Amino acid sequence: MAGDPQIKIYVPRDSGAVSVGAEDVALAMDRALADTNATVVRNGSRGLYWLEPLVEVETDRGRVAYGPVTPGDVAGLLEQGLLQGAPTHSLCLGLTDQIPYLKNQQRLTFARAGVIDPLNLEEYCEVGGYRGLRRALTMTGQELVEEVKNSGLRGRGGAAFPTGIKWQTVLNTPARQKYIVCNADEGDSGSFADRLQMEADPLALIEGMTIAGLAVGADQGYIYLREEYPTALEILEAALSLAREKNYLGGNILGSGKSFDVELRIGARAYICGEETALLESLEGRRGMVRPKPPLPAMAGLFGQPTVVNNVLSLSSVTFILAEGAQAYQVVGMGRSRGTMPFQLAGNLKHPGLVELAFGVTLRELLYEYGGGSNTGLPLRAVQVGGPLGAYIPESQWDVPMDYEAMAELRAVLGHGGIVAFDERVDMSEQARFAMAFCADESCGKCTPCRIGSTRGVEVIDHICSNRDREANVKLLEDLCETMGKASLCAMGGMTPIPVRSALRHFPEDFQKS
Amino acid sequence: MVADIVASLKHKPGALLPVLHEIQRQFGHVPEEAVELIARGLDLPIAEVHGVISFYHYFSTSPRGRHVVEICRAESCQAMGGRELELFAKQKLGLNYSETTADQQITLEFVHCLGNCACSPSVRVGTQIYGRMSSERFEALIDELGAPALEAR
Ligand SMILES: Cc1cc2nc3c(=O)[nH]c(=O)nc-3n(C[C@H](O)[C@H](O)[C@H](O)COP(=O)(O)O)c2cc1C
Ligand code: SF4
Ligand code: FES
Repeated sequence: MAGDPQIKIYVPRDSGAVSVGAEDVALAMDRALADTNATVVRNGSRGLYWLEPLVEVETDRGRVAYGPVTPGDVAGLLEQGLLQGAPTHSLCLGLTDQIPYLKNQQRLTFARAGVIDPLNLEEYCEVGGYRGLRRALTMTGQELVEEVKNSGLRGRGGAAFPTGIKWQTVLNTPARQKYIVCNADEGDSGSFADRLQMEADPLALIEGMTIAGLAVGADQGYIYLREEYPTALEILEAALSLAREKNYLGGNILGSGKSFDVELRIGARAYICGEETALLESLEGRRGMVRPKPPLPAMAGLFGQPTVVNNVLSLSSVTFILAEGAQAYQVVGMGRSRGTMPFQLAGNLKHPGLVELAFGVTLRELLYEYGGGSNTGLPLRAVQVGGPLGAYIPESQWDVPMDYEAMAELRAVLGHGGIVAFDERVDMSEQARFAMAFCADESCGKCTPCRIGSTRGVEVIDHICSNRDREANVKLLEDLCETMGKASLCAMGGMTPIPVRSALRHFPEDFQKS
Repeated sequence: MVADIVASLKHKPGALLPVLHEIQRQFGHVPEEAVELIARGLDLPIAEVHGVISFYHYFSTSPRGRHVVEICRAESCQAMGGRELELFAKQKLGLNYSETTADQQITLEFVHCLGNCACSPSVRVGTQIYGRMSSERFEALIDELGAPALEAR
């Protein structure tokens, strides 16, 4: 196909695709295309991770996908007409947009993920990027806050607090300096949506933060990014420079007279620093010790100033809401859970990946229609939803609709939307023990029930499993959970009982070792 | 050197973490001798600096191996054989967590989630993340890290 102008081959560069070999595929492809007019573009993953490394070629019919590709497949793919999007090769998956896993999703927040080169600002603008900011620049702070309120958006970091109401408090609190802080600590295991957003469409986050700044009157933003994400760091740094170069950040943004800039700060491996007040302590250069509330960060947050703390996905959703209007977001969803949730399918599933859908889809649909059932082929047995502080849900409850309130009724949480599936080989006493050990390891140490209770919890579970004073120890574990749940300052100690109790309640046989 | 790092970052609000990160990036750990210089440069009590260093899992006060190999031990990786991988890694390297091989080549650590849960189990070496890890792939990875060809680079 030498001579044919501008054929684009997409090979993702996000850390997920690279973790399974995308870098080597890109190199092999680059080499093989040396004397053609085709070029390799590095996009982010589409989120169909079992197909990574997924290679796409742009054709007049749309993008055609091939995967999972190894460097050894490259020559054969090219011989069999990859550049024309030919369907002959056994790795051909047809048009990317028609793959049911992707086609059936409602990608609002992740509309651009995997579609564009994350570091091409022109391309970002061509597909709706910075439309929201341009609109925001014509609106007052109060109008912006109303727009976010009307969208029904609730914080995606876990606590599901209405974003517009938080912004209203910051807007209403007079101060010489206000801040926008993006919580990019994504500590929940089973979660990777923040990472994918930042690596596949970083400008959407930066745009959302800028809109937040305009809404509440803040001119400085911080992204608190976990150290575990080196690729996100590299991509975000480059995206921030691009935005500054083109005056989407900095002084007098697009000639509006408004200013906003963002600084990246890196965490240092402390789960508790995802909790917003511990995060602020960490940003201020101290140990990540949870602060008592009040004062709310919205009134006295970073360096004592009114501060919006929002999750990566909340802020990126704002970008969609301003571009397309609150209504476009609000119309989907169920009950008080409006809009879409980027669910993250992880653990023992055949088709793990990112699935953005309106609230209301059932857990079973996610596990089987999207996830394809277990990876091992063995029956699924338990599913942890919402991170390490989330419940283990047994099959009898998999028809629950994914909605904040419906999950709460099951004494479970939706959290950040991470879903980790386990097959029948799981030992739920080990999972309960891990939850306690994790809490002991990650507690900030401020309150006794959390710090001491979790350490005791590990011992008590060990006693139960070795049949030492079984009855008494089960009772003791219940009491410990009760105390931790009631007397902890934050949700670290307060919610650790959720996975422990759910394991004990739904899988008691696993705590009965002979 | 430490003093230069402190001087170049002290204008940042809440500069202590950025300073510690830069020191660890350049030295591989935060040496004991650096603590007093940091404290002086940032006008903080020495105990405060110690307190911060010990609070965060990331900062190390002793030198580590040339490669830091980190195994994810969080739930998604557990569901895909992560516990077995942990055991295998310890056995293959003859190390427990936070220990370093006698030749100073490899330090073994654990990590709670690398955001790579759709490709579990996951391992990180330096800034590179590896997914769909198996015992065989892990063995190959370690052999590659120790390969003379790499040493020579
Ligand atoms: C122990 C603990 C860990 C948390 N970790 C995170 C996190 O990693 N990312 C996040 O966005 N929110 C996390 N949160 C929630 C934050 O405290 C806060 O509610 C959130 O950043 C607010 O943003 P949102 O309203 O946009 O969700 C955590 C909370 C607790 C108690
Ligand atoms: S519950 Fe645990 S993590 Fe939260 S403030 Fe208390 S000790 Fe710290
Ligand atoms: S749980 Fe291991 S990468 Fe997320």
